[in-house]
Amino acid sequence: MSTAGDASPWSFALVGPPNSGKTALFNALTGSRQKVANYPGVTVERKAGLLQTPSGRHVTLIDLPGTYSLRGRSPDEEVTRDFVLGRLTGELRPDLLLCVADATNLRLALRLVLELKRVGIPLMLVLNMFDIARRRGMDIDLERLSMELGVPVVAAVAVRRGGTEELLRQVDATATGGRLVESTWTPPTAAQLRAAQKEADRIIEAAVRMPAKPDTLTTRLDSVLLHPVAGLVILLGILFIMFQAVFTWARPLMDLISAGFDALGALAHDAIPDGLLQSFIQNGVISGVGSVIVFLPQILILFLFILLLEDLGYMARAAFLMDRIMGGAGLHGRAFIPLLSSFACAIPGIMATRVIDNRRDRLTTILVAPLMTCSARIPVYTLIISAFIPPTYVWGWISLQGMVMFGLYAAGIISALAVSFVVKYLFWREEHTAPFMLEMPDYKLPRPRSVAIGLMIRAKIFLQRAGTTIFSMMVLIWFLASFPRPPEGVHEPAINFSLAAMLGNAIQPVLAPLGFNWQISVALIPGMAAREVAVAALGTVYAIEGGKEAAEQIGQALASKWSLATALALLTWYIFAPQCASTLAVIRRETGGWRFMAITFAYMLALAYGAALATYNIAVAFGAG
Amino acid sequence: MADDALPSPAQGTPLGAARPGFCGRLHMIEVGRDVRGLTAAELETRLVELGFVEGAYIELLHEGTFGGDPIAVRVDNATVALRRREAMAILVT
Repeated sequence: MSTAGDASPWSFALVGPPNSGKTALFNALTGSRQKVANYPGVTVERKAGLLQTPSGRHVTLIDLPGTYSLRGRSPDEEVTRDFVLGRLTGELRPDLLLCVADATNLRLALRLVLELKRVGIPLMLVLNMFDIARRRGMDIDLERLSMELGVPVVAAVAVRRGGTEELLRQVDATATGGRLVESTWTPPTAAQLRAAQKEADRIIEAAVRMPAKPDTLTTRLDSVLLHPVAGLVILLGILFIMFQAVFTWARPLMDLISAGFDALGALAHDAIPDGLLQSFIQNGVISGVGSVIVFLPQILILFLFILLLEDLGYMARAAFLMDRIMGGAGLHGRAFIPLLSSFACAIPGIMATRVIDNRRDRLTTILVAPLMTCSARIPVYTLIISAFIPPTYVWGWISLQGMVMFGLYAAGIISALAVSFVVKYLFWREEHTAPFMLEMPDYKLPRPRSVAIGLMIRAKIFLQRAGTTIFSMMVLIWFLASFPRPPEGVHEPAINFSLAAMLGNAIQPVLAPLGFNWQISVALIPGMAAREVAVAALGTVYAIEGGKEAAEQIGQALASKWSLATALALLTWYIFAPQCASTLAVIRRETGGWRFMAITFAYMLALAYGAALATYNIAVAFGAG
Repeated sequence: MADDALPSPAQGTPLGAARPGFCGRLHMIEVGRDVRGLTAAELETRLVELGFVEGAYIELLHEGTFGGDPIAVRVDNATVALRRREAMAILVT
C-alpha cells in the first residue's frame, strides 16, 4: 500500500457568502504559497494555494468568489457556479467543498450549505470567527448543527495561529470518506430560496443560542460613521488622509527609486561604450523599468488603505454614503475610491476598481478613471502655465496660475462625470442596472498577517504582469525615438532623424488645426511612455541640454516660440489625451481584452482633439493667436 | 414615488417609505411591477437572497444624506444597505 503522500493531490474549493472571512481562511491555510491568475476567457481572478493535510496529502485549494447562491448573477458568481459544477474548461470538479461561514452571521451561509448539498460533492461547513461569536455570547451547538444540516461542521479561527488544526484533521476524514456523485442542482427560484431560508432559520433556532443584543460596538460605531452629516465628514477625512498618504508618504520612496535607477543608468552609461547598446540599456531598459517601478510605493500605500478599510468592514459603508452622490452621474457608490486614487495615478485607480462587483459599473469606472488628473500631468501643466500664464493675482489674492491649475483639475472631474453619465444613459440604458444592495458586515480589526499577504500579492501582480506589458511598450517607444540613427556630422538632435520624428511630422498636418507645430507633434510620441516625458522630449527637440532639470529654460524657449492659443490648446489636449501607454496596458489587462483599451483610446483622443480644436480657435478669435 | 400605489394597511407598509427607527416584522415581498432594469422575479429573488423572508425582524437603522437614500436595514442579525426604490417591495408590519 502506498502512503497517503504518494496519492494524487486533492483539489478543494472554498465557497461562501461575501464577508465570511474566506480570504482570511485561505491566507491562514496556504500562507504565501499562493498563485493568482485569471480564469481563461474571463477577468475573474483565480486564486489557488497549496497545503498539506495531517495525513500528508497535498491539496490545491481554490478560493472562489463570494456568493449567496449558485445562481450566478455576475461573472464572478458564474465562475463559482461553473467551478463547483465542473463546467469550467480546464478545471476538475473539486474533491471537497469547504463552505465558509461567519459564525456571527449564519443565516445566509446556512442557506448556501443547503443549496450546495445538491451538487454532489463532499461538503464541510467551516464556522469562521468562532472566537468572536463566543465572545459576543453566542452559543453554537456544533453537533446539533451538523446533525440538522447533514454535513460535518468544524469551528475555525482563521486569524490565529493553530486556529485551523481541527479543520485540517476533519478535512482528511471528510475527503477520504466522501465521493463525488451526480449533481442534482438546478437554479433555485425565489420560492425555493425562501423555503431554504426558512429551513436555515429553523436550524439556527434549534442549534444556536443568540445573545440578547446584536453587536453593540458595530451599532455604536455606525451611529457615528453612517450619520448623515458626521458620516460624510469622516469619510472625507479618511479620503483626505489617504490622498495625502499616496502623494506625500510615497514621495521619498519614489525619489529613492528614481534616484536609484538614475544612478544605475549612469553606471551603465560609464560602463558601456557610447553607442546603440548603451542607449538601449540606459534609456530603453533601465529607465523603462524604472518608470514602471517608481509607481510601486503609491500602489502599495493605496492598496494598504483599501485592504485595511475592506477588512475593517468600512468599504461597504463608504459605498453607502457615496451611492446617491455618485449615482447622479451614473456611477456606483463603490466607484468613489478608485476614481479618487486616479488623482495619484490611473494605474492603481484602475486596479482598485476590483472592489466593484458589477462588471458594467466596473467598466464605466475604468473608462473614466484616466480623465482624473494624475500626478504625471503636473510637470506638463506646471511647465506650460509658468511659461504662458502671468503670475498675477485676481482681486488681489487669487493667483491666476493657481486658478488655471484648478480649472484643469475641475475640467478632468467634470468630464469624467459627464462621460460616465453618457455611457450609462445612452449606451447601457437598455441593460440591467445593478441595484445597490449589499450586506454591511460587522466591524472587525484587520489582521496584519492577512493584510501583509494581500499587499505582497498585489505587488507581485503589478510587477510581473503590468511590468512586462509596460516594459515592452517602453522598449518600443525607445526604438521609435532612436532609429534610424542621425547621419554623421550633423548637429541637430538625434531624435529629429528618428521614426518618432517621422511619425510626428506625418501627424503634424492633422494636429495643425490645434495650433501644434511639428516639435509638439514629435514630443507627443515619447510622451506616450509617460506624460511627463513630453517635457524632456520638448527640451530635446528644441535642442536644449539638461532635459527635465532645465524646465525653466524650456519654458522661456516655449514662450518665445508658441502663441498663447497653442499653449492653451496643448493644456486642453493633456486633460483628455490618452497619453499614457502604461494606463492603456493596465486597462487591457484588467478588462481582459483589447476592446476596452481601444474604446478608451479612441474616445479620449476624440475628446482631446475636439476640446483642443475648440480652445485654439476660441483663443485665436480672442486675439491670442 | 407618487406612482407607487400604496397597499392597504392590512398588508403592511412598504419599507421604502419607513423612517429611521422603524422596527417590525417582514410581512411579505410584493414586487408590483418591474423596477427599471430588473424583472419583478429577479428583484424578489435578490431580496430573498439577502435574507428578506417573511417573519424576519426588520429595523431601519440609518438613511443616506441626500433624500434619505439609500437605507441601512437590520434583517434579523445582519445589516443590509439598499435603495428605497427596491425597498418599496418589502411590506412590513
